Amino acid sequence: MTNLKTCLGGAALLAGAAMFAGTATAAETIKIGASLAVTGPASFLGDPEAKTLELYVDKINKDGGVNGKQLELIVYDDGGNANNARTFATRLVEDDGIVAMVGGSTTGATMAMVPVFEDAGIPFISLAGAVVIIDPVKEFTFKTPHTDRMACEKIFTDMKARGIAKIGMISGTGGFGKSMRDQCLDVVGSYGIEIVADETYGPKDSDMTPQLTNIKSAEGLQAVINPGFGQGPAIVTRNYRQLGIDVPLYQSHGVASKSFIDLAGDAAEGVRLPASALLVAEKLPDSDPQKAVVLGYKTAYEEATGQPVSTFGGHAYDGLMILVEAMKRAGSEDPAAIRDEIEKTSGFMGTAGVVNMSADDHLGLDLSAFRMLEIKDGDWALVE
Amino acid sequence: MAEFLQFCVSGLTVGAVYALVALGFTIIYNASDVVNFAQGEFVMIGGMATVFLTAAGVPLPLAALIAIAAAMVVGLALHRLAIEPARGASPVTLIIITIGASIFLRGLAQVVFDRQFHSLPSFSGDTPIQFGGAAILPQSFWVLAGAGIIVLALWAFFNRTLLGKAVLATAANRLAARLVGINTSFVVGFSFVVSAAIGAIAGILVTPITLTSYDIGTLLALKGFAAAMLGGMGNPLGAIVGGLAVGLLEAFGAGYLSSTYKDAIAFIVILGVLFVMPGGLFGRASVERV
Repeated sequence: MTNLKTCLGGAALLAGAAMFAGTATAAETIKIGASLAVTGPASFLGDPEAKTLELYVDKINKDGGVNGKQLELIVYDDGGNANNARTFATRLVEDDGIVAMVGGSTTGATMAMVPVFEDAGIPFISLAGAVVIIDPVKEFTFKTPHTDRMACEKIFTDMKARGIAKIGMISGTGGFGKSMRDQCLDVVGSYGIEIVADETYGPKDSDMTPQLTNIKSAEGLQAVINPGFGQGPAIVTRNYRQLGIDVPLYQSHGVASKSFIDLAGDAAEGVRLPASALLVAEKLPDSDPQKAVVLGYKTAYEEATGQPVSTFGGHAYDGLMILVEAMKRAGSEDPAAIRDEIEKTSGFMGTAGVVNMSADDHLGLDLSAFRMLEIKDGDWALVE
Repeated sequence: MAEFLQFCVSGLTVGAVYALVALGFTIIYNASDVVNFAQGEFVMIGGMATVFLTAAGVPLPLAALIAIAAAMVVGLALHRLAIEPARGASPVTLIIITIGASIFLRGLAQVVFDRQFHSLPSFSGDTPIQFGGAAILPQSFWVLAGAGIIVLALWAFFNRTLLGKAVLATAANRLAARLVGINTSFVVGFSFVVSAAIGAIAGILVTPITLTSYDIGTLLALKGFAAAMLGGMGNPLGAIVGGLAVGLLEAFGAGYLSSTYKDAIAFIVILGVLFVMPGGLFGRASVERV
């Protein structure tokens, strides 16, 4: 919070200074914008994202900047509110004169900002989850996090490998659960898996035993998947064990944090979920090409902030690094040239996986980006 | 049959919490005509304070007692600082004050505690007890027994003690109560303290099952309000029956109909009661209060 204030204050001062100093200051720094949900209900996304951007912009500047120029990061706090995000996007383009944008913590905020950057022709790397951001492809819009569709595919691949063909689904009705439920229903057919029970629960529901009782009594049930977010999946997991349902339980990447294990307690044992390699950085084999990147980011973030690393901050790291590499390859800060180079990103190793972008893929991740984890003895363990 | 039993257990456990919230509504409503929408926040304070005290190393029973005491202080403060200064105002104004207090307490909880979800260990283990094919958590018995004991204690208090009778007298006719020498302002303040204690106890008992966070109070207050309306506003027995009924309706609704509308059931109950029998199940025939 203090960081943000200083940063906003700094940004305002610099903007003021720039007005008086004319173009001299503007030419010496490369301005990168960010509008993040630093406070508010989505602050668990925006807070680590903002800290990551500040941390790495400082690092890059200490190492001499990009193309011989210092980076200047301008962060606004949109609180996850789409209206605010749109206002800040306009301000970043028209008043601050940024050359590229990283961030948009939530899908709502991102979609509100897309038209501004598309019109202005400024590359925009979003840190939000939903597949609609890059499908259909928009010329200047990119994103770094995996999509919920990929999470479904990863889970179904694992189920298929275990010979599971009939599953129950219990999803939260919040934005995340609803979207992932739709995506799972969309792809489930191509894995030869049948959904024999489909239940939902409200975001603030505190007891899911009735829904799970129905799932338990479904004919031929072999596994259960729970697309959801927040405390709901923890209660589902507890109720699941209470009812003694003994088929495997799959959670989503939405609960890939330590607090899920704490809340679900012993009930979390044996739960599987797809997640970023960041969660198991130390446990990756040394031969894993991603190990150096995730361990490096984890160490740097935890040392600088004193907080445990989260996958969301990792998305910001990926976005910033893809942008910086594109600017280096372009050798200029012309937004159109940067856009072309971002699209050519290939073999980039980020915290989310290997990124290979193309004209019709502005995400560039494949299923190998997700790791299937299982909770063992109150900690994450790699399944393989 | 096993499913039916499971839905019953699930409904009764959740219903017992709604019943305790509804009971809190009832006690304050009887003493002051105010529907206290900050009632859910007492439940939150009970759970959250216990979580943070146990995390700080305080043993669970002591932490629970301190949490209940803290909720009682908040209840007293709510009465002394917000309700009492506006005592001439209409019940509607006072109700709006309690909504403001509820928002304030939620904001305060975000600062004093945090914005995360928290849990408490179950009081007697997590191994479910099998009964006729239904799995019952030991904590469910704690919730049901706790609710039962509170109801008995309140019954004894209202019928066997002078102070309890003073509360009843104030509820029946405040002016007459004042004329026979009852300090009605004290009685109203006392009802806030008792309601806060009941809410906090409910919060502590239920946290191992439902988890807790700074914002659980809103939904609980609405569900508890639906329960109190169903039972008949101002009737303690009605509050209990209404709470259990709303809990059971939710569980059966989610189990047999569709889980999509689970949270809507409480509100359908409110609408149904208002349309069909404004007095509720145990309400007085003529309702003059608004």
